[in-house]
Amino acid sequence: MTTVARDSRTVVDPAPPPAKPAAGPSRHRFRAVAGFAFGAALLFAVAPLVLSDFRLSLLAKYLCVAMVAIGIGLAWGRGGMLALGQGVFFGLGGYAMAMHLKLADAGPGNMPDFMLLYGQLDELPLWWRPFASPWFALPATVLLPMAVAFVLGSLVFRRRVRGAYFAILSQALAAAMVILLIGQQGTTGGTNGLTDIQGFFGYDLDDPVNQRMVYFIIAGTLLALLALARHLMQCRYGELLVAVRDGEERVRFLGYDPATVKLVAYVVAAGMAGLAGALFVPAVGIISPALIGIVPSIEFVIGVAVGGRATLLGPVLGAVAVAWARTALSERFPGGWTYLQGLLFVVVVAFLPGGLASLIGLARRGDGERWFGRLRRTRRTEGQAS
Amino acid sequence: MTDQLPGLYVRDLRVSFDGFTAVDGVSLDVAPGDIRFLIGPNGAGKTTLVDAVTGLVRATGSVRFGDRELLGRPVHRISRLGVGRTFQTSTVFEELTVLQNLDIAAGARRGWATLLRRRHGIPDEVAEALEVIGLAGRADQLAGTLAHGQKQWLEIGMLLVQDARLLLLDEPVAGMSHEERDATGELLEQVSRDRTVVVIEHDMDFLRRFARTVTVLHAGRVLSEGSVAQVQADPRVQEVYLGHPVDAGPTPLEA
Repeated sequence: MTTVARDSRTVVDPAPPPAKPAAGPSRHRFRAVAGFAFGAALLFAVAPLVLSDFRLSLLAKYLCVAMVAIGIGLAWGRGGMLALGQGVFFGLGGYAMAMHLKLADAGPGNMPDFMLLYGQLDELPLWWRPFASPWFALPATVLLPMAVAFVLGSLVFRRRVRGAYFAILSQALAAAMVILLIGQQGTTGGTNGLTDIQGFFGYDLDDPVNQRMVYFIIAGTLLALLALARHLMQCRYGELLVAVRDGEERVRFLGYDPATVKLVAYVVAAGMAGLAGALFVPAVGIISPALIGIVPSIEFVIGVAVGGRATLLGPVLGAVAVAWARTALSERFPGGWTYLQGLLFVVVVAFLPGGLASLIGLARRGDGERWFGRLRRTRRTEGQAS
Repeated sequence: MTDQLPGLYVRDLRVSFDGFTAVDGVSLDVAPGDIRFLIGPNGAGKTTLVDAVTGLVRATGSVRFGDRELLGRPVHRISRLGVGRTFQTSTVFEELTVLQNLDIAAGARRGWATLLRRRHGIPDEVAEALEVIGLAGRADQLAGTLAHGQKQWLEIGMLLVQDARLLLLDEPVAGMSHEERDATGELLEQVSRDRTVVVIEHDMDFLRRFARTVTVLHAGRVLSEGSVAQVQADPRVQEVYLGHPVDAGPTPLEA
């Protein structure tokens, strides 16, 4: 039994790396609780005090994007699935919510205003009708995207479609959905989308107090999704997901079906995007094809990449930072943002694959010198080569 | 665990890729508890044979493990029947710790209720494997930071906790130092007490020390089979390795 153990110690000379102060489970939990308390204080106390109503409603919008980002962090950062079409699930959730709110605005038995405007229909289309009930519409905002993701994922992961092929496929889906929505103008609002949403379960959305309430709902949901993502990353499933990301074949030889493992993360990410879309609608008052197509789908991913895809908080902070920068810079340099965004993405992917979150990790380990040292070395060797 | 240890029975196994026949009608039996070495020149079909047994490539013929037919089952089902393998390049999960690697390997039969909970402490079989492979002191180290030999031991440890009854190891000692090879050989002897082991290996010194039986493959067929001495004395083996039969001088297995 112990012969090998003894041998290995004599055989392998490198000593184990300097033991990090092992953070026990209780310390981990304490840090997590403290972190959540800090986040809650920031979102629920500081932000409403410091920000104007207008800025607070912008923040509500950013936090919706951050919810999508949490899901992408799980699917892409931990599961290796570059989900470039999360706009589809965001849109499904958004449209489900908007359909219900439009019907509620119109009142029982009436058709939404845009349908009357286009005047092609005499009565409400059949597939709109269930959305009149909040008991159908609210669960649908989450379950509908999850169901679509389940069907798509089952087909795709079992056929071992991955990497760039998966990314392109998911993006094609976003394009297809936009085309479908625009083509069915009479029932979907076409390019305009579903606009001018007035009320939110009896509350007037024009009232700043109610807008503030929507913000609080969004902030609370974001924290809940963060807690869910944290648990999924730290439980055994989370470890297995990373294993699938790094060695799908190896996991198969251990007796797991990687397709199922990936499917779970993908479906959860879709549910998060759906919920985000649903909450986006009362915060912004509109859902339209332009908000869910290829471009927004890519922007979701950029935020995640910038923040650090494999971490818990990286995607959230990255998404909020990129969305905030977009607003701030577009106000001053209209049109310039697109270029800057592209540049940001290239720089992060090329020089900081772990995102901004990896900078914190480097600083904490005191590795900054080593990192810059490596840069210097690279440059020196390049110089020698030329 | 208590049931009889199964052996591996391969009959008329054939694997073709686009007209090229990599394994051409191989039949071989590996007795329960054996340490069988598969040797042969490059392209002899050794790895392809293991690929076929583990379900990675399509094959015709029959591969039985005990009384269960393996051909036609998907990879993860074959694995759950107790067939484990390693690869030429180490394929541990480098971003996970040694403990996490082993815990995942031990968990294929876990239900979702367990998967969605956190791991508390170290499962018994994982603790045992940590001792056997000599990595108990490195349980919390990232697998990517292990030395080459330690990674290979971790792979074997993963097969142990997976409760594989048949271990298929593809060049487990490639790139190892002498001491590491000896340690690996002793590890194999230890695990073969209640498992069947098949090893693909080029290292003849390692083979002479630890093989119980040997199968020589050449061009997709079984060329020779038997004990180390029997195979060493087989003129056909000498011809394949040296290009012509020799009646004197060192055989390739002694070189």
